[in-house]
Amino acid sequence: MNETKTEALSSPWSGGVSPFAMGSKKLGMWLFIISDALTFTVLLVSYSYLRFANPDWPRPFPFFNAITFSTLMTVVLLASSLTMVMAVAAANRGLRDTAVKWILATMLGGALFVGLHLTERMHLIEEGVRPFSNPWGPPLFGAAFFGITGMHMTHVAIGVIYLGIVSLGFGRGKFSPEDVEVSGLYWHFVDLVWMFVFPLIYLMSVKH
Amino acid sequence: MVTHESGAVHAHAAPTGFIWKYIFSTDHKIIGIQYILLALVSAFVGMFLSVLMRIHLVWPNAKLPFIAGGVMTPEQYLALLTMHGSIMVFMVLTTAPQSGFGNYFLPIQIGAADMAFPVINMLSFWITFLSLLVMLAAFFVVGGAPISGWTAYPPLSALGEIAGPGQGAGQTLWVIGVAIFCGASLMGALNFITTTIDLRTKGMSLMRMPLTVWAWFLTAILGLLAFGVLLAACILLLLDRTAMTSFFIPGGLVITDQQVAHKGGSTLLWQHLFWFFGHPEVYIAILPGMGVTSHMLSTFARKPVFGYRAMVYAMCSIGFLGFCVWGHHMFVSGMSPYSALAFSLLTMSIGVPSAIKTFNWLGTLWGGQIRFTTAMLFALGFVSLFVSGGLSGLFLAQPAIDLYFHDTYFVVGHFHLIMGVAAIFGMFSALFFWFPKMFGRHLNEPLGKLHFWITFIGVYAIFMPMHYLGMAGHPRRYSDLSGANFLGPLMPVQRFISIAAFLTIAVQFIFLINFLWSLKFGKKAEKNPWEATTLEWTIPSPPPHDNFAGVEPVIYRAAYEYAQPGAVEDYVPQHLAPEQVARAR
Ligand code: HEM
Ligand SMILES: [Cu+2]
Repeated sequence: MNETKTEALSSPWSGGVSPFAMGSKKLGMWLFIISDALTFTVLLVSYSYLRFANPDWPRPFPFFNAITFSTLMTVVLLASSLTMVMAVAAANRGLRDTAVKWILATMLGGALFVGLHLTERMHLIEEGVRPFSNPWGPPLFGAAFFGITGMHMTHVAIGVIYLGIVSLGFGRGKFSPEDVEVSGLYWHFVDLVWMFVFPLIYLMSVKH
Repeated sequence: MVTHESGAVHAHAAPTGFIWKYIFSTDHKIIGIQYILLALVSAFVGMFLSVLMRIHLVWPNAKLPFIAGGVMTPEQYLALLTMHGSIMVFMVLTTAPQSGFGNYFLPIQIGAADMAFPVINMLSFWITFLSLLVMLAAFFVVGGAPISGWTAYPPLSALGEIAGPGQGAGQTLWVIGVAIFCGASLMGALNFITTTIDLRTKGMSLMRMPLTVWAWFLTAILGLLAFGVLLAACILLLLDRTAMTSFFIPGGLVITDQQVAHKGGSTLLWQHLFWFFGHPEVYIAILPGMGVTSHMLSTFARKPVFGYRAMVYAMCSIGFLGFCVWGHHMFVSGMSPYSALAFSLLTMSIGVPSAIKTFNWLGTLWGGQIRFTTAMLFALGFVSLFVSGGLSGLFLAQPAIDLYFHDTYFVVGHFHLIMGVAAIFGMFSALFFWFPKMFGRHLNEPLGKLHFWITFIGVYAIFMPMHYLGMAGHPRRYSDLSGANFLGPLMPVQRFISIAAFLTIAVQFIFLINFLWSLKFGKKAEKNPWEATTLEWTIPSPPPHDNFAGVEPVIYRAAYEYAQPGAVEDYVPQHLAPEQVARAR
């Protein structure tokens, strides 16, 4: 129990330094991502559980247009992750203006995604899908669809605002490259969530 | 390796002006005190509700103040019960031990100038405050407070007005309040974890951290993993209530002759989600108390903690196992006997680390030169309550026995002893110990001891007989069973409990007076009145704005070096270098 002095002072865990060799903000973002990932996990597990419990769960999405459209959304979101990678790389190399441009491109991708998503929702609402009913049977279909994709879309929208703040701050020299990197973590996380939402909600609902 | 970018090294200027200094302060010490006051007020509100319930239970026809119509209806009783439980669990047991004392002392005990994210810290307090207001607002809307208990089981909690008074706007406010609380707790957890990992001062290795710091750190990890789950569950419940979805509502329900339109959902889903949060939550409430108890026992027995490493590993495994046992709350909800067996075995295995902690506490006391301060008495009380409450847990962990005990007073006795009162004893112990550091004055010891003894005997008098009621088959959450024949002979027991409760609650005003009086007139405290070893006792009482006045302390030894052979004093503080100890010799 009585650690000797020298032994304890030599490890990265012995105090005085950040053991993960990253700033506190980055660690904080990772922790946020863990808890938010759990929130999404619960939503997706609940959806799966209820889908199993309702044997007549509908599969209403035709390949043309629904699946192709949502694939387009996926591509847009993935592309925005790519531009975010470029933004972080530029920020780390000290290329302020380039980084800001890439962040703006990312925001554009995010905004486009939200726009496409809203268009899609309008379509479904026209077809009669509501949180509490739909033309194909189990009312939970609409609830799960709107609830889970809505939660994700909110995250994208918040991300766009967050990136806006970061681009302003970084452009004016108030934020560090690490701040850009931290916002990048958030952005990639939100994309990653979509990579679960897309197969579970869309691909598994293709019309036979 | 990156050195601290914020915090520990450079001193920052103290804010000026009342609002920034005391209201929207980002100083972890002020925020800690704010949390403690929030818990104190909530505790008195919660106690007041319980007095009304206890009166009604034994004098069902009594006219009561604050009750619309005078005599309490069964629904009003359930509303009081729901709010009592929710306020106590969320606003008292989750705030003071962790966010209150943890906020104040975690940074100091690891040698940091503040939390890693001071602004997030301030926000998490004010968001918690907002959630308290939202929850309390449920009392004042049409229909009043919700009636579905702190566990908010659907369909009762999901259906809205038709499910009863309080299930309209009141329940909606409750769900929103809890969701907001989840957000605040997540922010707090993230802050605590980052602070502990990144801001430990030089030499403060993990195995030199005081056990209080370990407890707050592990509690924060539990919070990070548990509140995200409850948040998702609350979102789904809110959708059921406001967007007419049916996540938690099965088909075919008929309520007051009306067929409910919802269908397809599952009530069990809520129970799984709620208890996946709920069981870790009970450890969120108790772990800080465990840390505090170890701290006191060592300090006042003048001995190092017996089996420090075992204590750390025991807390880690309790935290881990806490996520694997939620099903023990659902034995009677319709569960495969095989799952029940698994949950039962896992639950009982928590008894192992719990026993390790208990025996190590006894080992710490063994042969010590015990100083019976009030803080020490409350810590000893904690050990006693933890054992009494934990033993009944082992009964409840058997599916066959729980079939009978579930939803009886036996469970009420179990969780009040172990979760409610033990955690509160941890808080009292912490307050009597650290009050001198926080406010520069001691609490009054004779008054404190009087308060301790009456409270200690009182809580046993209240909660022990409840086990007996449960064995006799008395169900919980009923407002009035005076008409039930088989319970008639138990009325004297209920009356005894009520009277014990009134006395015990009355005695809490001794504490309140002690608290307020000592703030102004208490005996002045020096730097290290308890002759303790950890860092908070190396700085003035109360500490300056940035704790260490810009100097980063360096740590040379483990947290509990009492009665070290060769040292002149019977304690060696953590920051003393070997040369300094030698010089003292
Ligand atoms: C050896 C340790 C423990 C065991 C084996 C155990 C077991 C159980 C079981 C099986 C139940 C469910 C009873 C029922 O509803 O029928 C239960 C309920 C409960 N336990 Fe424990 N427990 C232990 C420790 C704790 C601790 C440390 C706390 C709090 C700090 C706690 C707080 C609660 C609460 C609050 C409930 C009731 C929840 C409700 O229905 O409202 N338990 N316990
Ligand atoms: Cu439990």
